[in-house]
Amino acid sequence: MEKQYYDNLVVSSAPHAVSNVDTTKVMGTVLVALVPAFAVGIYQFGYKAAVQTILCIAACIVFEWLFNALMKRKQTVGDLSAALTGVLIAFNIPASLPYWMSIVGCFVAIVIVKQLFGGIGQNLVNPAVTARIVLFISFATEMTTWPIPRGAGATDATTGPTPLGILSEGGGQMPSNLDMFLGNIGGCIGEVSALALLIGGIFLIWRGIISPIIPVCFLGTVFVLALIVPGQDPIFHLCAGGLMLGAFFCATDYVTSPIMPLGKVIFGIGCGILTFVIRVYGAYPEGVSFAILLMNILTPHIDNFCTSRAYKKGGGKE
Amino acid sequence: MSQQKKHLQSIRVSHEKHTSACETQVMPVPDTVCISMSQHIGAPCKPLVKKGDYVKVGQPIGDTDAFVSAPIHSSVSGTVTGIEGIRSVMGGEDQAIVIETDKKQEVWEEIKPPEVNSREDFVKAIRASGLVGLGGASFPTHIKYNPQNIDEVDTLIVNGAECEPFITSDHRLMLENPQEIIDGCVIVMEQLGLKEGYIGIEENKQDAISLLNKMLAEQNHPEIKTVTLRARYPQGAERVLVYEVTGKTMNAGVLPAQLGVILSNITTIAFVGQYFKTGRPLTTKRITVDGSAVTEPKNIIAPIGTSIADIIAFCGGYKAEPKKILMGGPMMGRAIFSDRTPLVKNNNAILAFAGAQAIIPEETGCINCGKCHKACPFKLLPTAFATAYENKDADRLNQLQIMQCMECGSCSYVCPARRPLGFINKLSKAFVKEEANK
Repeated sequence: MEKQYYDNLVVSSAPHAVSNVDTTKVMGTVLVALVPAFAVGIYQFGYKAAVQTILCIAACIVFEWLFNALMKRKQTVGDLSAALTGVLIAFNIPASLPYWMSIVGCFVAIVIVKQLFGGIGQNLVNPAVTARIVLFISFATEMTTWPIPRGAGATDATTGPTPLGILSEGGGQMPSNLDMFLGNIGGCIGEVSALALLIGGIFLIWRGIISPIIPVCFLGTVFVLALIVPGQDPIFHLCAGGLMLGAFFCATDYVTSPIMPLGKVIFGIGCGILTFVIRVYGAYPEGVSFAILLMNILTPHIDNFCTSRAYKKGGGKE
Repeated sequence: MSQQKKHLQSIRVSHEKHTSACETQVMPVPDTVCISMSQHIGAPCKPLVKKGDYVKVGQPIGDTDAFVSAPIHSSVSGTVTGIEGIRSVMGGEDQAIVIETDKKQEVWEEIKPPEVNSREDFVKAIRASGLVGLGGASFPTHIKYNPQNIDEVDTLIVNGAECEPFITSDHRLMLENPQEIIDGCVIVMEQLGLKEGYIGIEENKQDAISLLNKMLAEQNHPEIKTVTLRARYPQGAERVLVYEVTGKTMNAGVLPAQLGVILSNITTIAFVGQYFKTGRPLTTKRITVDGSAVTEPKNIIAPIGTSIADIIAFCGGYKAEPKKILMGGPMMGRAIFSDRTPLVKNNNAILAFAGAQAIIPEETGCINCGKCHKACPFKLLPTAFATAYENKDADRLNQLQIMQCMECGSCSYVCPARRPLGFINKLSKAFVKEEANK
C-alpha cells in the first residue's frame, strides 16, 4: 500500500501552547469578585440596585455591539469587558438614579471613552470612572440623592446623606465605623460595604488577576494621611465613599494603570494623595474618581519614566 | 544540593508528561532513511558518499573543514540511492543523503573506543563522534568543550531540566541509562580538569534524582551532585539554569565558559559516556512521540534520518488527521509542514496534534495587564517590544534590551490577548540586526 503523507500541516512560530487564561477569563474573574458587593447593594437598596446593574450591563453590551457593527470592527462583546464596565458604572451610581441617566453614563463610557479611542486596551482613562464623573457633573442633584439603606434601621425619610457628605457639609448623625465597614450607610450601589469589596479584592489578588501594589499603596496613603492630619479618622476614610471600590476595582484596571511595579507604587500613592486632598480640602465631598482619572492621565508618563529607568541604554538591566 | 534561594521569574505550564512511565522501545530500521547534511549550527556537511555506495552503521557520510561543524554518520547499513535537496525545518533547502536499508545493520569496521591521551585527543574524539548539543541547540560539542579560557573553567553543569510539556525522553534516559550519565560526567570533568559537577533535575522527577544520588554515593563521586530545580518553565534554558545552579547572572552574548562553567544537556553527557566505552558515533536518538493525533504515545530510540511518518507508524499511526506536527516541545519546538521530514540529531520529541491544539488562537487587543513582563525570566517588557516593532523603531528596541530575549516564548504563553509576543521578539531581533548592518 502506498504510504500516505501529510504535506500541508499548520506552521506557526513557537510557542504552540497558551495558558487557559484569556481576556474573557480575566474579566469574568473580576465580575465574580464583584458579586459580594452586588449582594450587599441589593440588600441595602432593594430591587432597584439589581435593575440598575442589569440595565447598565445590557446598555454597555448593546453600545459596544452597535459601535463595532457600525464601524465594521471585530465584535468584542464576548470578552466581557463591556459587561464589567456596566457593572462598575452601576456600582458608582445611587440606586435611585433615573434609568435614562444610567444609560447616558454607559454611552459615555463605552462609545466616547473606550471605542472612539480604539476599543479594548486603547482607552486613556477608565470608562466607568469617567462615566461617573460625567454623570456627577451633569446631574448633580440626582447623583447626590441617596436612598436610605435597609441596614440603617427604620426611618421616615426616603433619602439621606452619605458619611462623606456629613463630613463635608455637616448635618445628620455620623454612622459608626462598624456600620461603615459592613455597608449600613448611604452611597452608590456597589461602594457601601468595605467588607464585601475587600473580600472581592483579596479574591482577585489570590487569583493573580491584580497585583496588590496599587490597592495597598492607594489605601495606605489615605490611611497615613488621615493619621497625620488632625481631626481625621483613618478607619472612617478607608471605609467611606468609593475608596475600596476604586482602589481594588477601578485603579487596578490594567489598561489605564502602569505596567511596572514601581509605576504601580507611584500610581497608588498619587491616587491616595489626590483622594485625601479632594475629600478634606476640596469642594467635593468625594475624590476617588477624580483621583483615579487624574492618575490615569499620568499613566503613560509614569510608564515611560519606569521603563527608561529599568532599561538604561547601553547598560545592563538590574 | 538544593537550588538557589532566589529565582528568576518563570511560569507554570501544564506538564502533560503522559509518557514518563513508558519504557523506551527501540524502533526497527525503516526501509529508507534520509540523512540531512545540516544537523548542527554552522556550516553544512558535504556528502562523502555518492549514489550507489554501500554504507555501514556508523560510517561517516558527511563532513566539512569548516570550524563550526560536526561530521554526520550513517545510521543504517544499505545503499545510497541519491543525494537530494530537502526542505529543512528552518525553511531553507538542505542536502540530504537517502539510503535504502538492507536491515542487516552491519557495523562499520573502524568503530572502536577512542584512545585519549591529551585534551586535544579528547576534543578530536568528540568531533569524530558527530556530537552536537542534543538539548535542541545543536551547537557542535567539541567547540563547547574547547573554550579559550579552559583554565578558568571549573564547573560542569548538566542540564536535566526537561521543562517542555510532553517530553519525557531525558527523564527516561536518567531512569534507564544512569550509568552513561555518570560516566559522561566523569570523563568530561577529568579531561577538561573541572572540579565540580552539578546535574540539574526538576523536582517532578524525584525517581531520577534519588536513583542518581544513590549511584553517585555508591560509586563514590562526591564531586558530582544533583541539584533539585523547581518544575517551572523555562528551567532548562541555558541562562536560567546557570543562574539557578550557580547564582551567576548570564546576559545574552556571554558564554558559560566566561562564567567558569561548561554546560551540557544530559543526553549529550550520556552520549559521551556511551561513546568512550563503545566508540559508536551519534546515529540514533531517544525521542518522545506524543500528541492528540498519535495512537500510542511512547518513548523510542530511532535511527537518525527516519521520517516522521515512519516514526508515527511505529507508534500505532495517526488516530486522527494531524493538523500540526512539532519537532521538539510546544514551547520552543518547530512546527514542520510535512511528515516526510526526517529525524535530526537534536530532536527530542515528535508531537502530532489534531484539533484544538493545532489551531492558532485569534489575537485580540493588548489590555496592558503586564503578564508578559511578570513572566519574562529577564524582566523584559514584551508588550513594549511589540509597540516598538510596529513603529519600526530599532533604537527603542535596543533601549528596551531586545537582545536579552532568549525567545523562550513565556510571554506568548501567558498573554490573555493571545498576542504572538515571542514571534514578534524574534522578528524584532532580526530587524535590529538588519538595521545595525545598514
